[in-house]
Amino acid sequence: MSQVKQILLTPLFENNPIALQILGVCSALAVTTQLSVTLVMCLALTTVTAFSNLFISMIRNHMPSSIRIIVQMTIIASLVIAVDQFLQAFAYDISKNLSVFVGLIITNCIVMGRAEAFAMKNPPALSFLDGIGNGMGYSLVLIVVASIRELFGSGSLLGFQVLPLIENGGWYQANGLMLLSPSAFFIIGFFIWALRSVKKNQVETRDFRMAPHSAEEGAF
Amino acid sequence: MSSKDSTKRTLIVAFSLCVVCSIIVSGTAVVLKPLQDANRILDRNKNILSAAGLFDPQSDGNELVAERFSQFSTYVLDLNEQRVLNDEQLEELEIDIESYDQRLVINDPKYSEALERQEDVANIKRRAIYPMIYVVAQDEEIETIVVPVSGYGLWGILYGFLALEGDANTVKGLAFYELKETPGLGAEVRNPRWMALWPGKKIYDEAGAVGLRVIKGKGRGDYQIDGLSGATLTTRGVDNLIQYWLGDDAYGPILAQLRETGL
Repeated sequence: MSQVKQILLTPLFENNPIALQILGVCSALAVTTQLSVTLVMCLALTTVTAFSNLFISMIRNHMPSSIRIIVQMTIIASLVIAVDQFLQAFAYDISKNLSVFVGLIITNCIVMGRAEAFAMKNPPALSFLDGIGNGMGYSLVLIVVASIRELFGSGSLLGFQVLPLIENGGWYQANGLMLLSPSAFFIIGFFIWALRSVKKNQVETRDFRMAPHSAEEGAF
Repeated sequence: MSSKDSTKRTLIVAFSLCVVCSIIVSGTAVVLKPLQDANRILDRNKNILSAAGLFDPQSDGNELVAERFSQFSTYVLDLNEQRVLNDEQLEELEIDIESYDQRLVINDPKYSEALERQEDVANIKRRAIYPMIYVVAQDEEIETIVVPVSGYGLWGILYGFLALEGDANTVKGLAFYELKETPGLGAEVRNPRWMALWPGKKIYDEAGAVGLRVIKGKGRGDYQIDGLSGATLTTRGVDNLIQYWLGDDAYGPILAQLRETGL
């Protein structure tokens, strides 16, 4: 039981795919201007990661090592296409907003990373849970980023106006930067900073130390 | 070499994986296609209704779309011959009004054409030769005409619908449903307060030329619209698409026909 809990919860803070492994940042920048769109993206990615882990783990003992990566990619790609088709059929407006980013789940390093690092070595049920856990870790960061961006960029949350905008006769001047992708970089940066301030073991050792300024005084 | 790495085994695994995955992919695509097509058409009809001011995406539900759209009749134009196509001509061109979408055939040389640089005012490179327009008419009296428009803004092409009153001259509304403009600046073409500037404006001046302009600064009178501040290129793009699509190369002559003779 504790193993199940560990697999599900470690990816949230201890080993977050975005904050610690810095994977899947591309879609974290692109689909986080509106919270509703983000939630669907999180659901899509969690589904794909969970099921690709499940299927890959199921056939892991039959998988020839020479075509291992191609087999994984084929399974992931098929799942992503199926999810995309479902979104187009049942959540058309949101799938229009997500546009290419559902398709780009195929190239999301989290999916591939979990398949290769976990599903290839563990039984199906645990792999499935690992996919859900990592999907939740990804979702956690995206939901934080999207809440901040939608609140300060459009003054709303999930489409409901929280801060009345000046354009509509309110008092809040929307922060345009929040609607552009770079703002997600800043927010993810702050998120990582906060996380590493609490969990000091996530702080990486320095690759190098900058040498002190060595020019002699009066050299020029 | 272990047995699972043998060539035969590799081929078997690869082949069966391909079969299973292709069945899953094509299965979902085929089964869900009717739902997806219905969604696409619903979405388009919703955009047409919002341009005509008959639908408010904020408060109206999807269930109202079918009922409100039923008053529209769809016509297909031929922009090169400047005429409305009749059933025979449609059949000849293999256009089925129910499923035809001019944006899906934009690269098909049978249904679209490349535009010369100097005539391509809206900077769209290619245009559909046979666009669909949507008309509300009561007893031969035209009430509303909705035409599709597109033009290049700052980051990409803006797609929208322009609705006109029955006189084919007064604007009823302009609504963009797809754009890549900067959020908060160019994307404000979707702000209801800016869209509210359009209804009532006139398009053609006394000489019959397109007189409507989107300008910098305060728009005055019947022929001027206040451009968006901080979005010069988007504003210019919208101005260009009005000049192009309502001009002589596109809908201009057909709208003039409708003004004079009706449907």
